[in-house]
Amino acid sequence: MHTKTLTQLVDGLAKKEFSSTEITQHFINRIKSSKLNAFITVTEDLALEQARVADDRIANNDNGVLTGVPYAHKDIFCTKGVKTSAGSKMLDNFIAPYDSTVSHKLNTAGTVMLGKSNMDEFAMGSSNENSYYGSVKNPWNLNKIPGGSSGGSAASVAARLSPFATGTDTGGSIRQPSSLCGITGLKPTYGRVSRYGMIAYASSLDQAGPMTQTAEDAALVLNVMAGFDSKDSTSSDKNVEDYTAKLEDSIKGLKIGLPKEFFSEGLDDGVAENIMHAIKEFESMGASVKEISLPNSSYAIPTYYIVAPCECSSNLSRMDGVRYGYRCEDPKDLEDLYLRSRSEGFGKEVQRRIMIGAYALSAGYYDAYYLKAQKVRHLISDDFKRAFKDVDVVMGPVSPTTAFDLGSVKDPVSMYLADIYTLSANLAGLPGMSIPAGFSNNLPVGLQLIGNYWSESILLNIAHKFQQQTDWHNKAPKEY
Amino acid sequence: MSLNEEKVSQIAYLARLKLSDEELEINTNELNNILQLVEQLQEIEAEGVEPMAHPLHMSQRLRVDEVKEKDDSNNFQSIAPKTGNGHYLVPTVID
Amino acid sequence: MNWETVIGLEIHAQLNTKSKIFSSASTEYGAKPNSQACAVDLGLPGVLPVLNKEVVSKAIKFGLAVKAKINQRNIFDRKNYFYPDLPKGYQISQLDWPIVGEGQIEISVDNNTKVIGVTRAHLEEDAGKSIHDLYDEYTAVDLNRAGTPLLEIVSEPDMRSAKEAVSYAKKIHELVQYLDICDGNMQEGSFRCDANVSIRPAGDNKLGTRAELKNINSFKFLERAINLEVDRQQDILEDGGEIVQETRLYDSIKNETRSMRSKEEANDYRYFPDPDLLPVEISDELMSQIMTELPELPSEKKARYISEFELSEYDAGVLTSQKSLADYFEKAVSISNTNVKLCANWIMGDLLAALNKEQVDITNSPICAEDLSLLVSRIDDDTISGKIAKDVFKSMWNGEGSADEVIKEKGLKQITDSSEIESIIDSIIAANAPQVEQFKSGNEKIIGFFVGQAMKATGGKANPKQVNELLRKKLT
Repeated sequence: MHTKTLTQLVDGLAKKEFSSTEITQHFINRIKSSKLNAFITVTEDLALEQARVADDRIANNDNGVLTGVPYAHKDIFCTKGVKTSAGSKMLDNFIAPYDSTVSHKLNTAGTVMLGKSNMDEFAMGSSNENSYYGSVKNPWNLNKIPGGSSGGSAASVAARLSPFATGTDTGGSIRQPSSLCGITGLKPTYGRVSRYGMIAYASSLDQAGPMTQTAEDAALVLNVMAGFDSKDSTSSDKNVEDYTAKLEDSIKGLKIGLPKEFFSEGLDDGVAENIMHAIKEFESMGASVKEISLPNSSYAIPTYYIVAPCECSSNLSRMDGVRYGYRCEDPKDLEDLYLRSRSEGFGKEVQRRIMIGAYALSAGYYDAYYLKAQKVRHLISDDFKRAFKDVDVVMGPVSPTTAFDLGSVKDPVSMYLADIYTLSANLAGLPGMSIPAGFSNNLPVGLQLIGNYWSESILLNIAHKFQQQTDWHNKAPKEY
Repeated sequence: MSLNEEKVSQIAYLARLKLSDEELEINTNELNNILQLVEQLQEIEAEGVEPMAHPLHMSQRLRVDEVKEKDDSNNFQSIAPKTGNGHYLVPTVID
Repeated sequence: MNWETVIGLEIHAQLNTKSKIFSSASTEYGAKPNSQACAVDLGLPGVLPVLNKEVVSKAIKFGLAVKAKINQRNIFDRKNYFYPDLPKGYQISQLDWPIVGEGQIEISVDNNTKVIGVTRAHLEEDAGKSIHDLYDEYTAVDLNRAGTPLLEIVSEPDMRSAKEAVSYAKKIHELVQYLDICDGNMQEGSFRCDANVSIRPAGDNKLGTRAELKNINSFKFLERAINLEVDRQQDILEDGGEIVQETRLYDSIKNETRSMRSKEEANDYRYFPDPDLLPVEISDELMSQIMTELPELPSEKKARYISEFELSEYDAGVLTSQKSLADYFEKAVSISNTNVKLCANWIMGDLLAALNKEQVDITNSPICAEDLSLLVSRIDDDTISGKIAKDVFKSMWNGEGSADEVIKEKGLKQITDSSEIESIIDSIIAANAPQVEQFKSGNEKIIGFFVGQAMKATGGKANPKQVNELLRKKLT
């Protein structure tokens, strides 16, 4: 049952081949016996209750497309009455008193939450090693990282512990783990999915999206997640398309741009080979390929590692041990309360980024760092504007390498460099996808698609057509 | 620009983080490495470029002035570290 | 040495909206602790701010009223610092792009008018309240006030005395109430003044080091706090000392200011544009809509009173000094045939005195505008004399009925029948032969004696003018 895609499960539920309760129990059992550490919280009772309600709705023909379908919810979304930790000791005791808009939409659609998936603390990380709850293991090789920060979600879908998962992507946190775990992940245009109730890392970069086996599945989930939210000033009131409508459109004549900067030094040969194979596949389907240049893309790393820490240093100031979350033992005064609660509650990487941000915003440094980064961000965004005058989609690798060994990258800067290909889309606010495109040394390689603003349906169409020609997305790790 | 330990402890205090001597040394190293990475920004000529604070060119939506929230303080305070008579409590602050 | 005082004020006016600046929680004062602090106000993880339209409109109204430039594109920033009553660890405020730019307002002190510059006015959210005296070992935090909209109005350092500062503060206080953007309640903290005070040798152009005085919740205290601070600075400088730039708290009980160094320690607020909020863009439509909604301003009203009602500059100034007073006056004179000047005198005289004595706000006056207007008409149409009217006023104040009811009840109607007055005069003349002689031998002043006798005989109800005329006729 778990080998079915989301689309197949939807079909089976509709035909009453199985009930939501049956599949929910099945996935719960799989999660419980899994050794991947993909979940921080498993919400078995709640899931079975939601499944029962879903079955009633199906029986009464009161269901939507996704009613009864189970999923893994990244532990960054506030879920009322359920612990929402964001992978941090700081929020280990935080039972969210309200629902995020994404959770609300998924609940209304009748989906079944299996649990809260593991993640890098406050979404800061590319390996999931920064979780207070321990690393998630890559289902393709238990010694490897699953990628981050949505590592639990990616591992869960790859190991068929859930038919789909939610993720958030600030600098690649949906696309990179999707790539390293061999699944399909979509980061929509900034403003497409509400950020309300999604614990903020970097507000001007964060965006939630679906993580699934196939593009077709992603379209179904995005249909539920997307939309204007009056509670989020940065959410767009632009009309939401039916993302399944254009899936079957022909991609003949599609113009693909390959940024030369994405294929330069640092890219692993095995990864490059798979990417080029995938591009050939598109050419065989009638697409044309053109080399393009995104001259400022190499500055994405320094730009991102100023913008994101600045925003996070301020966003995480609310974690002060006063109204919720971790408070240190016996604070002797207010200063002690702040200092110990925060240094005991936050992990090392989070503290590092908070300090970088506090420094970059401080008196005398603002112009050199924050303001400069915002200007360069504009240049990076202009590069894409220029590119999209000539091409329909930009393609390249998601990550310079396949999944690396757990514990092998210790130095923060080396870890940051691995984000090189994903950061630009966040800085510009563009939609991006990772789709399975082959294997190198028995580890998955993802192909990245970056589209113009609001072109989610085009990206899904391109990905779907590719997946009709290939079967990388159907591959699951052996034991699953 | 390079940071010494004194500067790093100032920054840590600004962010209300407490670093042990050992952490201070490690962090000073790591922060300097990161700063070296972001220093690349200074290579770019961006004079006259409009800083981009938001990816979208939208303007702020305005909400109608209506009271929609009800008292939910019991729910909110059930997760608070310390409360008393409806207040959040912290160690005495001396002004 | 001669010292010159330099004062600039920062006024925080709470905007009187129903809901908060970034959330839909109520702003009502005095609710149970934290009952009006919603998820957004508490800064729960994941919450986001959405700007209240009314807040923007009210700020624009203020800007237009002080002839300021309205920045139709303005930006919200985060001011980062840690404090228990600041839930998010930052305050949303406006730094470089405030909604209201440079403007000005005219004040008058001792009959001299002076223009005070308004540097800017920006929107921000209020913090909650820290209560230090509820527990021995704890500070209690109530976040009901967190997120209440504030308009911070910053003046130029244009004031040269505590008196001028008070006059400016009162002017702004009066204005925000006229505009109906702030209730002006200083006790509840809806209108708060911080004063930046420095002194310099008279004639110097360079500003001295300033101290910022906080926690001032009345105009009286504002004047006292500034004067205290000026004395303190003079003492220091004359002793060869130096002024430290700092924040000082005014203690109205001890009548002293004291340093708040604990809050000062190297604050680095790390302002940056709030990524959760987009630039505010005020459309021309909204601007013109607000322009048409703008009420008559105090200065305009005053000018109109002078031209339309022919009131003196002083009277027009008093009557327009408070919106509620002007409203009362306008209601009273809206009744046809009212003697406007007489009405103005009664409001500024007996009514204000009574209200003052009993500490009653004019909006709760026991004598409503219509009733006062009627009383004035009864003087004007000679039903009662001005002297009798004072008694009628007292009865009305005590709730004994309208002017007509009191006059009727107590039989206070003026005697205007000349035959009745004539017979009274005849008997007075007959009974006071020596005084009649004196008059006839040229003592004009003695007429007062006869008038007094006549008024006494009628219990004050005779018309003195009429009595005077009749007396002269009879005596000559």
